[in-house]
Amino acid sequence: MHVERYEKIFMALTLVVLLAALAAIGAGVFAAGVHLPSPSGRMDPKAIRQTPPFDRPGIREVAPGEYEAVIIARAWAFEPNEIRVPRGSTVRFRVASADVIHGFLVENTNVNVMVIPGQVAEVTARFERPGEYVFLCHEYCGFGHHQMFGKVIVE
Amino acid sequence: MSSIARAAGVEYTRAGETIYLAEQLWPIRGQLYLGLIGLAIGGYMGLLQALERIGINLYSAHFLRSYYQGLTLHGVLLAFLFTFAFSNSFLSLTTVRGFQRPLASTWLAHGAFWTMLAGTVLAAFAILTNQATVLFTFYAPLKASSLFYLGAVFLVISTWLTSANQLLTLRAWRREHPGEPIPLLGFVSVVTYLMWDLASVGVAILVVVFLLPWSLGILSGVDPQFDRVLFWFTGHPIVYFWLLPAYVSWYLMIPAQVGGRLFSDGLTRFVFLLFLILSTPTGLHHQFTDPGLPTVMKTVHLFTTFAVVYPSFITAFTVMAALESGGRARGGRGLLGWIRALPWKDPSVTAQLLAMLVFTLGGATGIVNASYSVNLVVHNTAFVPGHFHMTVGTAVALTAMGVCYWLIPFLSGRELWGRRLALAQAWLWAIGMLIFARGQIAGGLSGMPRRTAIGDAAYLDLFKWSLDNWLTAIGGIVMTVSGLLFFVVVLGTLFFSRPLARPIEIPVADVVHGARESWPLFDRLGLWFLIAVGLVVIAYGPVILGYLPLNSVSPPIRVY
Repeated sequence: MHVERYEKIFMALTLVVLLAALAAIGAGVFAAGVHLPSPSGRMDPKAIRQTPPFDRPGIREVAPGEYEAVIIARAWAFEPNEIRVPRGSTVRFRVASADVIHGFLVENTNVNVMVIPGQVAEVTARFERPGEYVFLCHEYCGFGHHQMFGKVIVE
Repeated sequence: MSSIARAAGVEYTRAGETIYLAEQLWPIRGQLYLGLIGLAIGGYMGLLQALERIGINLYSAHFLRSYYQGLTLHGVLLAFLFTFAFSNSFLSLTTVRGFQRPLASTWLAHGAFWTMLAGTVLAAFAILTNQATVLFTFYAPLKASSLFYLGAVFLVISTWLTSANQLLTLRAWRREHPGEPIPLLGFVSVVTYLMWDLASVGVAILVVVFLLPWSLGILSGVDPQFDRVLFWFTGHPIVYFWLLPAYVSWYLMIPAQVGGRLFSDGLTRFVFLLFLILSTPTGLHHQFTDPGLPTVMKTVHLFTTFAVVYPSFITAFTVMAALESGGRARGGRGLLGWIRALPWKDPSVTAQLLAMLVFTLGGATGIVNASYSVNLVVHNTAFVPGHFHMTVGTAVALTAMGVCYWLIPFLSGRELWGRRLALAQAWLWAIGMLIFARGQIAGGLSGMPRRTAIGDAAYLDLFKWSLDNWLTAIGGIVMTVSGLLFFVVVLGTLFFSRPLARPIEIPVADVVHGARESWPLFDRLGLWFLIAVGLVVIAYGPVILGYLPLNSVSPPIRVY
């Protein structure tokens, strides 16, 4: 089959562009350590109140400077909706849904995860700067979806 | 198209060398007009959404319970009805034109129309009565009325009937022309639907095996994580089912409309075959942030997604080369002078040139979405609608409108009415969309969630989204004016215009390097389909087997 010279050059160059983009992504994952959520356990949303750790939603220190935030997402609130940690803390969020699909996004961080009934969502962020970080539900979850938010307060 | 003639008791019209049977034309016409009704109502819902951003809430004035009911209408009518109806209509015609013979089955052509209509009526009824405010993604365990799921089934069946008719037409053509290469226009039409046949399997299983029985109380629970895998199995390649009809126009019609020639028959076939084999094994890039799926398979789908970007890059070159040949044939000189020489006074051409231009930004932002870790910044934020309104909302929709500027005269036998209005329409759409997308993208980058009644959000005052919301609203208003002009032109053409002075034929480009130079293996469609199936098995087999057993814990929930 006949392929013109300019076509060949263009096809080769676009391949280079795509490979460069993939390399940049690889650098983000391996050098900067940005990881995607992965399986962290299953559960039954109907029994969420009896399922550890969601039987005790809230924040607790698991090691010096390291916290675990256990959050229940339900239509249309996060429980708890306010979390306080000192600056420099690393927080592991464990979020699960009691009903429909929700989302969990913390502004100005890489925390962005789907909260899917039956799955435990687990993501980690480090809060260096004091201030308020809004977290909100980013998946449509019914009539009051836009009411669903909370705050991480870094002191 | 010239007036109706009759031979041996069969009514037909002749355009150039092609004969169109009247019995096959009315379902084609009917589906196009049904799709345009969807565009009008769905587009109008977009205006309500835009106004909500700046604190003007018109939902109760329209007997809608919520922003989300309007948004469901917007998504379903535009992303499913308008696109499917336009594809069925347009690519049935290109099948007739490409193979220079009638569709093999008039019965299937009628079936496609009636199932499209039935699906529309069922889904629209469920949505308008607030029994299906589940958005166009209908994620379980949000429960819609079973009528809604049934409507979705009918819409997909309509596309399958169209595909079956194309394949039968191809078979009949092959019997009549043994050993000849498949005509390019027929080839791209058939391959577009072959891709969709494979892609739509996911959502078909989701609806028929899980959601429909679950909504009827036959199944007590479903697994929402697994359902998302099935949804996105179809949910990504569906964008190519939207896009490829636009590519058919860009590759095979626009070169003829600008007086140029398509460069390479072989590369065109190659590009469409790449879409056939690469579109479907990519869906996990919509699920990078899903907790229940392993990162290894997310990475595999990252690579396949980047691979399916490739044919669009080739398209950029090929279509641009054809445009340049047209511009130079029209007297354009110098490095960029050919661009000015293109027929910018032709609304059909201008609409599609602007669609291509906006698509470059749409494609680039799509690569951002697909870029694995970068997705964490934009996933489910307003960045995503910012992106896809430049792809499906412009590359596809504005191209469809541009095609309508010759297609409606072709189907109605009347001159295009209001040519200058049509030109203004094209420019306003592109400009409005860019303003809108700027608002959505900037908002998304600062955490604004998508598909959310932002104007009423409890956290609105905690963010600095004022400019983003105003740009979104202004863009939406400009697009509404554009949409209004489009329907003025369509209705003017149908009801106030004079009959065509001379019949039009569907434009088809000449090719510099024709079918005889192409690789004969390209025409072995069965083989390419098998390769496509094989890649899907490789990309999805480990995802599904690794996920089992299902965690079917979710009963139906209605919270809207």
